Amino acid sequence: MTDIFSEPFVIAFILGCITGAIPLLIASLGETIGEQSGVLNLGIEGMMLIGGYVAFVTTLSTGSFALGLIAGTLAGVATSVIMMVLNTWLGLNQIVIGLAITLAGGGITGVLYNVYFTNTPRLGQEDTLAIPFLSELPYVGKSLFTQSPMFYLSFVLAGLVAWMLLRTTVGLRFRAAGQNPNSLDAAGGNVVVTRSAAVLLGGAFSGLGGAYLAIIAAGTFTPFMTHGLGYIAIVVTMLARGRIVWVILVSFLYGVTVALGTVLQLTSFSLPTDVIKMFPFIVVMIVLIAFARGSYVPPALGEPYTRGAR
Amino acid sequence: MTTQVAENPVIVGMKNVTKTFPGVVANDQISLDIRQGLVHCLLGENGAGKSTLISILAGMQQPDSGQIEIDGKVSRITSTRAAMKLGVGVVYQHSTLISSMTVLENLMLGDTKRVLLDKKGARTKLRDLSALLGAEIDPEIKARNLGLGQQQQVEIIKALWQGSRVLILDEPTSMLTPQAIESLLASVVRLRNEGLAVIFITHKLREAYAIGDEISVLRKGRMVKHVPARELAKMNESSLKNTVLTAMFGDDQASAGNRKTIEELAGAATASRQARKAGSVSETTVLSVSQVTCSPNDGTRGIFDINIAIRAGEILGIAGIDGHGQSTLAEVLAGQRKLQSGRVLLGETDVTHLDVRARQSMGLRYVTDDRLHEGIVGNLPVSLNLLLKRVGQKPFWNRGRINRQEVLDESNRLISEFDIRTPNPETRAGTLSGGNIQKLLLARELSNNPKLVIFNKPTYGLDLKTVARVREIILEFANEGVAVLLISADLDELTELADRIAVISQGRLIGETPNVGARTAEIVGEIIVNEGAAATGKSRK
Repeated sequence: MTDIFSEPFVIAFILGCITGAIPLLIASLGETIGEQSGVLNLGIEGMMLIGGYVAFVTTLSTGSFALGLIAGTLAGVATSVIMMVLNTWLGLNQIVIGLAITLAGGGITGVLYNVYFTNTPRLGQEDTLAIPFLSELPYVGKSLFTQSPMFYLSFVLAGLVAWMLLRTTVGLRFRAAGQNPNSLDAAGGNVVVTRSAAVLLGGAFSGLGGAYLAIIAAGTFTPFMTHGLGYIAIVVTMLARGRIVWVILVSFLYGVTVALGTVLQLTSFSLPTDVIKMFPFIVVMIVLIAFARGSYVPPALGEPYTRGAR
Repeated sequence: MTTQVAENPVIVGMKNVTKTFPGVVANDQISLDIRQGLVHCLLGENGAGKSTLISILAGMQQPDSGQIEIDGKVSRITSTRAAMKLGVGVVYQHSTLISSMTVLENLMLGDTKRVLLDKKGARTKLRDLSALLGAEIDPEIKARNLGLGQQQQVEIIKALWQGSRVLILDEPTSMLTPQAIESLLASVVRLRNEGLAVIFITHKLREAYAIGDEISVLRKGRMVKHVPARELAKMNESSLKNTVLTAMFGDDQASAGNRKTIEELAGAATASRQARKAGSVSETTVLSVSQVTCSPNDGTRGIFDINIAIRAGEILGIAGIDGHGQSTLAEVLAGQRKLQSGRVLLGETDVTHLDVRARQSMGLRYVTDDRLHEGIVGNLPVSLNLLLKRVGQKPFWNRGRINRQEVLDESNRLISEFDIRTPNPETRAGTLSGGNIQKLLLARELSNNPKLVIFNKPTYGLDLKTVARVREIILEFANEGVAVLLISADLDELTELADRIAVISQGRLIGETPNVGARTAEIVGEIIVNEGAAATGKSRK
């Protein structure tokens, strides 16, 4: 039996935690932007799968992880154009469109994968970026500070999103569009343009999250590999209520539960893998029951904006 | 009033502007000149086309024909942003502030050209504009916590934020106390003296006379009367009243018996309280509410430590700005919200833990302010909407089966009694006009033996004639011994109808006064001002 506090064990735990948390963090950032501006993106799951698949194919054929991430991001943007046109421009129901994107995203990527890949190709390991000095620390050095560049970048992105929402006029307009679109309209802002931007940004983050999940966290693509991660991102967003620090914390709480599952498999506890796989979702349910009363959505969330309608 | 006003240059000139919506000509060939340094009062009742005119000037709607000249140049106001660039600022009738954001954030929303939020600059600008208005506003206070007059001052500052030269005020006084109206009028005069052009929309003649440099009257989408500054200077209040009332309602209606009501509604005469039948208020207490607290966790404002007693035949008015707990109070009493503590007695019975239906059958009725969504089921016919609260009851339903004839008979009776204008009882209720939907609600709630009726803003957004009819109905029922809780943001309405008026602020009742007639509005104003002063005193030091 492996000693629980041995170095390889702790490293495995932290790595598992990061693998679980980062895709969720990135996707939740995008969902936060959308939700703050009043667009509930239920299509996030489909956008992540499309982003993941496109990233996988790109990295497989070019060998570049950076190109894969960029391609995944763009694929997310392209998918969110559907959401933008149908919902923000034409005022169709967000829930119907979102679910359609999720179903289509899973179906399309699943079919494409099964047609083109008979065996399961793996991508190999991306070059990691070791932070000088810090990476030589025991325990955390080989886990936290020897990571994919995208790992560090995701925290930069989180900081940027927080800064954008709180300190810039664009962020203020995003929030206004979710709180009271009439006010934004009366103040000379353009609700449709503002929400379109939020939807596209949300799509970009979803695609990037899916790309990270596929090419960095898993090293491959498998159909429906998100396993409800997009929906968990929606939960994270609602619990965080626009506060990015909370987005990070809740994402890592999820990461911890995923890592616990992985680690438990390394020990000699004989838990069925099904139970272990259930673990993160059970934790999410418990968190929801405990905090759902405090969850909050902007008043105008899910409402298409029509000028003059009250 | 200014004497040599004719020379003031025209900033905005509307020429033959027409705007039609399906079935209505909202603006019909309207021409209007807005001059620098003058207050142009626009009068007209609901539906006369004032709102459409404003949304055209604000860039929200495009006219079908006609043109708008700004500084003599033909301009198209294609968006709200374009309107701001051209120097047109609007204060809408309904608040456009985002209640969960601070004053400063609300104002910075107008800084569209910047990338970073400039808090420091915004603070300075707020201070300058407050000084111009003669106001004092805490930049960090959340908009929902602003006091009565302050909210409006912030709206005006917001409208001036981009350096407007034309300020449009849409019915700015409808929710204000006499004191707040006075300070608003003073602010408007200061802005005018700074050279701003002001469009002041109202349906109260008194105000138009007090502040207007010129007056225009709209009726059914047409400009029916224009009194230029030179002419207005020569008129006294009563000759103006005759001119305007005739223009507003036409000769026939103004001379008929309802002239008095119309005058009162138009604010031409001081609203006088109709003499209530002596002894119509009995000694029996119908509703007694003690120490009721309810703080909902869905973001609506809570109510705290509410104590109310209403006797049979009595009308208790609740005054206060919108969103200070009025709806929560009404919903708690109706049984739609659970309270945290306190007791509600209906007569002798404790109804604190009874549900809506049980309270309903005991004679408690609630006429909601959300007529369209909460009040009716738009897709159901008028007849079923009238009987919505008696579903399953005999004789309309028999062992689960509907008895169409009974439903139809009862609906027809209510339709004629309450004068609901509907093509037939099977018409979908959602297609009726606002006034008729309200009459439908009244018919439903006031039939079948009411003992206590809660009205939440019963005349909000209705045309003058329906307003008069609704107020009459409320008085009739009170005279028959029904206890009434009347929640309204319109002080004139409260002083006209209520026996006592309590003031609600931040979810608490902060004072009460018997309705003593003409001075009541001022007393209510004092209650609000004193409370406001106490609150700012607390927060200052």
